[in-house]
Amino acid sequence: MTQDQALIARLYQSMLLIRELEQHIVDVYHTDAVKSPVHLSIGQESVAVGVCDPLNSDDIVSNTYRCHATYLAKGGDINGMMAELYGKKHGCAGGKAGSMHLVDIKHGILGASAVVGTTIPIAAGYAFALQQEAKKTGKQRIVASLFGDGATEEGVFTETINFAMLKKLPIIFICENNQLAIHSPLRSRWASEHICERVASFGIRTHQVKNADIFELHQLISKEAENIRNGISGPVFIECETYRWLEHVGPGDDHHEEYRDPNELALWKNKDQIARLANMLAPHEKEKINQKVAALIKNAVAFAEQSPYPDEEELFTHVYAN
Amino acid sequence: MFMPTEEKPVFTPCDNKQRLIRYVDALREATSQEMANDERVFLFGLDVDDHKGIQGSTLGLLEQFGPERVFGTPLSEDAMTGFAVGAAMAGLRPIHVHIRMDFMLLAINQLINMAAKSHYMYNGQVNVPLVIRTMIGRSWGQGAQHSQALHALFMHIPGLKIFAPSNAHDAKGCLITAIRDNNPVIFIEHRLLYSTEGYVSPEVYTVPFGKARTFVPGHDITIVAISHMVMEALRASKHLEKIGLSADIIDPISLRPLDMETIVNSVKKTGRLLIVDNGWLTCGASSEIMARMIELLPEGLNGKAIPMARMGFADTPCPTTKNLENLFYPSSHTIAEKAYTLISGKTNTDWLPAATSKTEIDAFKGPF
Repeated sequence: MTQDQALIARLYQSMLLIRELEQHIVDVYHTDAVKSPVHLSIGQESVAVGVCDPLNSDDIVSNTYRCHATYLAKGGDINGMMAELYGKKHGCAGGKAGSMHLVDIKHGILGASAVVGTTIPIAAGYAFALQQEAKKTGKQRIVASLFGDGATEEGVFTETINFAMLKKLPIIFICENNQLAIHSPLRSRWASEHICERVASFGIRTHQVKNADIFELHQLISKEAENIRNGISGPVFIECETYRWLEHVGPGDDHHEEYRDPNELALWKNKDQIARLANMLAPHEKEKINQKVAALIKNAVAFAEQSPYPDEEELFTHVYAN
Repeated sequence: MFMPTEEKPVFTPCDNKQRLIRYVDALREATSQEMANDERVFLFGLDVDDHKGIQGSTLGLLEQFGPERVFGTPLSEDAMTGFAVGAAMAGLRPIHVHIRMDFMLLAINQLINMAAKSHYMYNGQVNVPLVIRTMIGRSWGQGAQHSQALHALFMHIPGLKIFAPSNAHDAKGCLITAIRDNNPVIFIEHRLLYSTEGYVSPEVYTVPFGKARTFVPGHDITIVAISHMVMEALRASKHLEKIGLSADIIDPISLRPLDMETIVNSVKKTGRLLIVDNGWLTCGASSEIMARMIELLPEGLNGKAIPMARMGFADTPCPTTKNLENLFYPSSHTIAEKAYTLISGKTNTDWLPAATSKTEIDAFKGPF
């Protein structure tokens, strides 16, 4: 396999794992096995994978409540994730986090938050600590902070953008623009559609990736991460167009509702990056990956099903740190 | 350097090393010592690095530790608090300073949704060792938005710890404890305490969470007072002494966790409880202390209900003009009167304390 083919295979597997795992959630949701609100990323997988794949394993990602994709793309423990969704003891947070607060610090995945925009300054604070660390180690780790278009409307976004630039923090901000905040479209929320222009006014370098293009995003992150590591650049902002195929929260498709346009779904399905990469792989390669992904999910489900619910005394553990 | 002439510091020196220093200097000394001890500690917030240095409490620290560990910020309380939470999760130990407690309302999402919950929500995978230094204002027209005492709001939230030291000795020891703690700590200071002097050891020492302090032992009533009200309660006990009554004056110091054992033991001795909060009464620290007292002694004492009362801010925003502001706060006089009525069982006050000389309240002339 050539280097390019290896990359295609890796990106395909990573995106497919997210889609198939979430498809499992869709399939079992009616059984109440997952007792948690779920905000699915089906259709948006290329953003998480395009951002996380070029990062080093000791780099950090920071997340929103729509966090399954980033968690998996950054190498978060899949068994721990499934058990967490099932509310089990061996979940990544012992059943205390659920779908909206996935966390895996060992793999550089900061805890996600259900309050929109909240993790953006936290990512910046973490980046500050990494900046201090690099002065001693000589090695600059970086933070990728992912959030949706809605989060950019919170005051804390602009506050953080300003401060990150002021301190030249080693952070890449990625706005995952699916054009919807729950059910409200951009046109009813943004005075100007040009978020990159707004951010650029702080002196931050910005990029826009159209059509959720996995290769373009991957290349951009690789280059910008390198610039930050080498001290050439401070923070960077990337807007990435994408599209949420399912409803805001829950397992269903809601294109029958007035706020959505079924033609738009058809349009974005044509741009599906998973289908695109599948077509670039030899059939036997693709099949091998499909089987591997299916096995990973099957194992994770078995792990989650076998894990017990947390012990009752767990209610009171970790309220305070020692 | 104000210290009312008729009053003595609440701590007397127990060795030659202790010096009489101001509350504000004790804060600075604690910060300096802990920053020297632990390079993970950093100090930031609007104007911590300017020529006034948060009324002197951060002066000299920029020169001592450099701009990477002591820096000012934009007016972005929300983001700056999140920034502190993130830095703390990554292993640093931030001290974030608010020049008035009222500004914390701009940071409340980060404090309540993230700082307080992260250790639990992420099942111990992260700690948030964060100190929020915050100052309650009073007098010289601070008004409705520069005088709020919001400790009760934070007491409500599991995951937070709260200190409200009332004197220089505890200010230093509590701040060192707070910096070393692995949890978010709301560290509540009071502007009028800044100039008060106390005996403080130059050594590094800690004052623990969850341990109240009894200042003056007494027999007739227990007075629990919070933050600056400790000074007023101590003055009230002097008024009461003049008519032969004595009060146990208790400062909880730590509001969460709260040491009820010391308070209950005192009430078992005195049989009466007066709680004087530097804050509003409704859903306040005083409500909490009284509710817990009832839970712990549901039968009262010797088969009788325990005489109890609460005092605090008037149930209004704080006015600026002096004559109205004076009515807004409990004073040593109103505290002594209330204590007297609880002890005597009389509904009409037939005793009024004599006037006192000037206090730090009258002396304060701002400008801020």
